[in-house]
Amino acid sequence: MNVRLYVWQRATAALMLPLVLLHVAVIFYATRQGMTAADILARTRGSIVWAALYGTFVIAAAIHAAIGVRNVLFEWSPLGERRATMFAMAFGAALLLLGLRAVAAVVL
Amino acid sequence: MTVRRLAYRNSILWTAALVHRLSGLALAIFLPLHFLALGLAIRGEVQLEGFLRWSDQPLVKLAEGGLVFLLVVHMLGGLRLLLIENLDWRDRQKELAAVVAGISAVVALILLVRMF
Repeated sequence: MNVRLYVWQRATAALMLPLVLLHVAVIFYATRQGMTAADILARTRGSIVWAALYGTFVIAAAIHAAIGVRNVLFEWSPLGERRATMFAMAFGAALLLLGLRAVAAVVL
Repeated sequence: MTVRRLAYRNSILWTAALVHRLSGLALAIFLPLHFLALGLAIRGEVQLEGFLRWSDQPLVKLAEGGLVFLLVVHMLGGLRLLLIENLDWRDRQKELAAVVAGISAVVALILLVRMF
């Protein structure tokens, strides 16, 4: 892994630490309350805070996961560095699109 | 491979790195499905509600618990890495950090089982 990817990997990890804790707390809360789709959407729709937090989470996760997948493919698969990088970039882009679509679905 | 070449696999640090990598890989595979499920809300509340009620099944609940556990394990493994790389460590403290991350993961699992 080159230095640039290493820094992105670690920076997105540090950024996601509090977001993961928040996400786990949200999961516990929603599970214990037995929330319905109406309950969830009533809290998230129109919320700039949820959009900002989960939008940031999705962007960081897409970058972090793409770099991780690239490293795993490069080290554990017969794909060379170039193909591993291309696959990881496509995977990261797909994650970003699907993730932002999911955020939009619950906040708009 | 010779026994000597595989000796590093007895290190707790190697195990910690492997667990971190495998949990990350599993989360990367799961994430697109998670986003697709949440994206159901785009088609309306009824679609999302249908999915949520489907996810009430015991096996799905178990899988959800496993995913939350993987998320916590990966987060703790990442925290371990960030601390090791950015702080001044002495001999054996890295191994200690790996043990503490492992114990934290077990505690997290117990909490998850109690809360779900």
